[in-house]
Amino acid sequence: MTDELERRLRDAPAASVPFDSAALRSALARRAADEGLLDIGYGTYDSPLGSLTVLVTPRGLVRLSYPGERIEDQLQELADRVSPRILRAPERTDDVRRQLDAYFAGQRSGFDVPIDWRLVRGFAGDVLRATARIPFGSVSSYREVATAAGSPNAYRAAGNALGSNPIPIVVPCHRVLHAGGGLGGYTGGIDRKRYLLRLEGVLDA
Amino acid sequence: MTLPPFETLVGAHAAELHRFLVGYVGPAEAEDCLQETFMSALRAYPRLRHADNLRAWLYTIAQRKATDAVRRRARRPTRELDGLDPPAPAVPDPSDDGLWRRVGALPAKQRTAVVQRFVLDLAYLEIGTRMGISEEAARQNVSAGLRRLRREVTDDR
Repeated sequence: MTDELERRLRDAPAASVPFDSAALRSALARRAADEGLLDIGYGTYDSPLGSLTVLVTPRGLVRLSYPGERIEDQLQELADRVSPRILRAPERTDDVRRQLDAYFAGQRSGFDVPIDWRLVRGFAGDVLRATARIPFGSVSSYREVATAAGSPNAYRAAGNALGSNPIPIVVPCHRVLHAGGGLGGYTGGIDRKRYLLRLEGVLDA
Repeated sequence: MTLPPFETLVGAHAAELHRFLVGYVGPAEAEDCLQETFMSALRAYPRLRHADNLRAWLYTIAQRKATDAVRRRARRPTRELDGLDPPAPAVPDPSDDGLWRRVGALPAKQRTAVVQRFVLDLAYLEIGTRMGISEEAARQNVSAGLRRLRREVTDDR
């Protein structure tokens, strides 16, 4: 009888009750957002350039990342620098994902999403804000964005700021090229830069 | 100090906490308790001063939620006590024979110890550590709980 009772305790009911992880997660994301506790929500977006991770705060888009950066590392960086209240919450990223859809389909030439600039500081922030103003289909040079950011000679620093742009595509660092016409570098690799410039009609298809 | 993203905590511990809660309050209320556990944790999360044992911290919260649920249930008038049969569950669950309701009615320490022993399959030392009692006290709580359950189950027959 001892064994019988212990067997029943061990076997039941835990084993017979499935755990619905997806339901828990969506309920948590919804309730956290309602209570103002969702400091960062994220989702993924399958783009022609690979699966992008979209991270938003109540202020706006804070990070957009290419595959190849480990999601765990990105989330930890955001936990340290913004807030550890991070949940997967794809519906929070719907607006950004819809605009990306239209952009990659060639139906949209700009993004109309608020940006949360918290991950960039100082001169890098000035460079990226200047970069955000370069229109679709145009290009600029490292020296020009450095000038627009207030330091014409700091074009190397401008290059570094662009190289660590936390929000590529939406903050269009792909539109910044070498003055001589060379493509320069790109956070997501030069092939992606080329793809985006073709999409925007700057380079021939 | 660095805290992991909350999402990581959910991914790492939701399944085992659910198992713990099913053992504690039964399948019907486990989901609610689990949600409440994570919501409470999320509210307090940024104020945590150390990230040493987040798992134990979550278990403490889960246990509190489960205790609340059991207390609420005790206050609720139950028709079974009036001699009426409870409605039959839609899906017959072989485990739903009242045993877990009896576990839920054990004194708090015995209940917690029994759940950790049999649902989470933990060693007495680990149970003691989690409950803040000695290994021996954990063992005693489990056997006291079992004795009581055995008595009640036998009385039924």
